[in-house]
Amino acid sequence: MKRRTFNKLLGAGLLAGSAPMIIGRAAAADPLGVGFIYVGPVEDFGWTHAHDVGRKALETEFGDQVKTSFVESVKEGPDSERVIAELASKGNKLVFTTSFGYMNPTIKVAERFPDVKFEHCTGYKRAENVSTYNIRFYEGRYVQGVIAGHLSKSGIVGYIGSVPIPEVVMGMNAFIIGMRTVNPKARMKIVWVNAWYDPGKEGDSAKALIDQGADIIAQHTDSGAPLQVAQQRGVLGFGQASDMSALAPKAQLTSSVDFWNPYYIQRVKDVIAGTWQSQDVWGGFKSGMLVMAPYANMPDDVAKAGKAAEAGITDGKIAVFKGPIKDQSGAEKVPAGTELDDKAIATMNWLADGVDGQIPS
Amino acid sequence: MLLRLEPRGQRSRLWTYASPLLALALTVVTAAVIFAMLGKDPLQSLYVFLISPLTSATGLPELFVKAAPLILIGVGLSLGFRANVWNIGAEGQYTLGAIFAGGLALSYPEAPAILLIPAMMLLGILGGMTWAAIPAYLRTRWNANEILTSLMLTYVAQLLLIYLVTGPWRDPDGYGFPQTALFSSSATPPILFEGTRVHLGVVVAFLAAIVGWIVLTRSVIGFQLRVLGQAPRAARFAGFSQERLVWLSLMVGGGLAGLAGMFEVAGPVGQLTPSISPGYGFTAIIVAFLGRLHPIGVIFGGLILALSYLGGEAAQIDLGMPNAVTGIFQGILLFFLLACDVLILYRLRGPRPLAGGA
Repeated sequence: MKRRTFNKLLGAGLLAGSAPMIIGRAAAADPLGVGFIYVGPVEDFGWTHAHDVGRKALETEFGDQVKTSFVESVKEGPDSERVIAELASKGNKLVFTTSFGYMNPTIKVAERFPDVKFEHCTGYKRAENVSTYNIRFYEGRYVQGVIAGHLSKSGIVGYIGSVPIPEVVMGMNAFIIGMRTVNPKARMKIVWVNAWYDPGKEGDSAKALIDQGADIIAQHTDSGAPLQVAQQRGVLGFGQASDMSALAPKAQLTSSVDFWNPYYIQRVKDVIAGTWQSQDVWGGFKSGMLVMAPYANMPDDVAKAGKAAEAGITDGKIAVFKGPIKDQSGAEKVPAGTELDDKAIATMNWLADGVDGQIPS
Repeated sequence: MLLRLEPRGQRSRLWTYASPLLALALTVVTAAVIFAMLGKDPLQSLYVFLISPLTSATGLPELFVKAAPLILIGVGLSLGFRANVWNIGAEGQYTLGAIFAGGLALSYPEAPAILLIPAMMLLGILGGMTWAAIPAYLRTRWNANEILTSLMLTYVAQLLLIYLVTGPWRDPDGYGFPQTALFSSSATPPILFEGTRVHLGVVVAFLAAIVGWIVLTRSVIGFQLRVLGQAPRAARFAGFSQERLVWLSLMVGGGLAGLAGMFEVAGPVGQLTPSISPGYGFTAIIVAFLGRLHPIGVIFGGLILALSYLGGEAAQIDLGMPNAVTGIFQGILLFFLLACDVLILYRLRGPRPLAGGA
């Protein structure tokens, strides 16, 4: 007991003695603190993993100039505000909050820490010191649709939806629109899992969809289970968020891969240079934030068609949501010759012609 | 064998109180060993994990904010557990309390806070009680096991919440995301200390623990609950109505869980979303046992568990430790707590008697 007290005193004395030295050094080479809050574990090999790849890229790029830290598996809800505030109060000058449910907590904490910059992923609320950023995942869905249109013999794709939010809905629509540029009679069957990560349910959904005639499986959920089922049943599919070819080498055609590195590096540069400003970034192929995993399990001409769609979206020749587009009831949603603007895409709550199923409401 | 266990014949008063302290000490030592195995300085790690959350300006208030729902639910559960009524579904009762209170907040956003907050508290309690009434009825009428029924109703409650926030209650200006509008300021419980998140619910949680303690130790109902738990046959001979006590346990547990749900969504969350609880209803079961099913003990149990969460976050930020540290710490604590309880009923005997053990 006595010895521990002594140690404590000694420790406190050392700390007090070295404090001026630390401050002195800090003034010389002040590393920029960059904090991350993650909704899942860094080993999930999906959404959170992709963000953590971006965090590590910062350390490689900037070395001693930055000091990153993160808190993983923070549930959306009452806990997140505390963790975001903790990251801000511990010297981080730039904080990335990487899940939709962190939106209101991020705004609240940003009010309390006006000299800290915040970056919220997938939300729509901004402030002087709060930016938002996201990836145009739907561009990748369109490319997947084009590939599926060429490869599907039954003309039916099975699509596993996570939760019914616009981001998922626009992905379904982009897929069927892309697919119908090749096969105008193509149809999509959908299943809602009501979760982002639930391998059991995702796998069961894939089985059900294949039983209903789907010979291509697409997913907006994060586990590799649907692709593994596809491989077992001898059908093809697309990965999600990261390259999942290792899980199902014979089934994965390609995958839409989230690549946050260029964005994260740019924003840290902005803070260091003092040019950081609140903005709303929604980057697709062109920005380098979205990339397709290597094409596999398809003939060369199909891969060529996929590459052409990618290139067309990148240089702006292809607009995914360009009319005429009809909804499920046959009503014209986008007239010929017009394109949906970002606001209309971001709030999309209707399913396009060719989709069998409904958005729960 | 060098050591053997010898029954004491009756509960040791000393060890009833010393056992949790010994468990805590053993947990700290074990944690230090684990930190060292992770390649971290054990003393510094312990400081970051256990002390640093309390020393920062926001840490102490946040500790109470985190502990409040755990204490509130834990007090209710501990009364029921005493009577062998195993309400495992506090999470669902919490959700229903949040739904009832949230529905009122969304319907009358303009109502004055002085009316709205008490009404939301009442509806929160009512929501939790309603959900707990189902297992209570099934148990008393059909003798259905309340462990199963209350647990399974948790999932029903979650689906009901998802239905409401993706459907009828969805915020029309919310870009289609599954969430309601933010509650108005008059539906937000008052903050007690400027600059913190400490809200009215924190005080209510402590009051609930004190009232629970008085009821348990000083009232006839409390006596009946204890007898029912320790000697059901004696309770029957004494003419205590088991049915009434089952109902009472579930109503108190459900009501307090519902109240906790109301305070969390109205306070720290500020709206209804599919994720309004990080598993409070289940964590509170651990809190109840950590507090030896004693309302005052539940306060300490809630604070210790809350500290483990805050400490786990600090360890991630400051030391780069994985999040699993939090779970490991909680697991070790529970393990030692149960293991040390042996000393309450048994004494260690051997060639060299343990100091303090006799």
